[in-house]
Amino acid sequence: MSEKTLVNEEQHFEEMIAEESICTTDNLVYEKPDTLLDTPMHYCPGCGHGVAHRLIAEVIDELGIQEDTIGVAPVGCSVFAYNYLNIDMTEAAHGRASAVATAIKRVLPDKYVFSYQGDGDLAAIGTAETIHTCNRGENLLIIFINNGIYGMTGGQMAPTTLPGMKSTTSPFGRDVATMGNPLKITELVAQLPGVYYCTRTAVNNAGNVRRAKKAIQKGFEYQKLNKGLSFVEIVSNCPSNWKMTPLASNKWMEENMFAFYPLGDLKVPNDKEK
Amino acid sequence: MAKVKGDIVIDIEKCKGCELCIAACPQDSLELSRKLNSKGYQYMVKIEDNCTGCTNCALVCPEGIIKVYRQTTKKKEPVATISNLTGDITVTVNS
Repeated sequence: MSEKTLVNEEQHFEEMIAEESICTTDNLVYEKPDTLLDTPMHYCPGCGHGVAHRLIAEVIDELGIQEDTIGVAPVGCSVFAYNYLNIDMTEAAHGRASAVATAIKRVLPDKYVFSYQGDGDLAAIGTAETIHTCNRGENLLIIFINNGIYGMTGGQMAPTTLPGMKSTTSPFGRDVATMGNPLKITELVAQLPGVYYCTRTAVNNAGNVRRAKKAIQKGFEYQKLNKGLSFVEIVSNCPSNWKMTPLASNKWMEENMFAFYPLGDLKVPNDKEK
Repeated sequence: MAKVKGDIVIDIEKCKGCELCIAACPQDSLELSRKLNSKGYQYMVKIEDNCTGCTNCALVCPEGIIKVYRQTTKKKEPVATISNLTGDITVTVNS
């Protein structure tokens, strides 16, 4: 096909769109936020990380704090989070994202600081840093993606893996007698006095996505008011390492993960006391 | 009651064919394509013309590649039309 016919076809197509389509800027109701870059994501199809990134970008855009936000990326699947968000971001050593975020917040107290961590990062190697950051009540937002498995390294058992759940290091299912119980880190940090707001959400359907966005928005707003630490857990799926299709993994998550990790607020600030 | 008319635009080159939007669509108007995009994934196509612009598909899309349009019920009526040599200009007022 020559170049000329291609151009003609394009013109024809554009004219056709202009005539019939309702796709005009006046009618636009939803598009990708500006803070989320156009870079194609490296995540597997159906991964919850993409939605979580987009929600952070949406909240940053709506609050208009793109210039004042600093993020800390973890080690794990979301290690390249700084490639997708158009904000200042840094990379922390494995599990130390909350410690690095503490340092950034203390040096630059006017900036909004959040750490984005997975379950292997936050609940396994970074347990000490997480618990002490929460106990000190640093003025941060911690976003915790819980998919019950080590995704990046190929599906090993994580502290949050459910009993009986298969992974490459627990091929017959997690045996509680030898491998221990799953760690409910969100319930753990909700007990600490430094934590101001603690909630558990998911991104498996449109309603939960909206709730998760509200939770992240609250986290940034409480940070603005110097209230203390906000901890937002997002229960997510891992289709590749659970060896399921994205739809089947979402269904499995609803049936099994939500039973063990019930959604909802674990610690909400009492608005009456000021 | 007049039906709300919506439309979506999918960036098919970035689509990974995870089918989450198919499950999220209350109108069942999405389907996997038979063709592949340049990355080798089947991508999403809109097959029915019954979209209401509810944004469910865009909310669950992990790649954030769906743009949603919804026709507003209020139509802006032109208040004046100015004709000149290069073409007509229609002036509307936003209320």
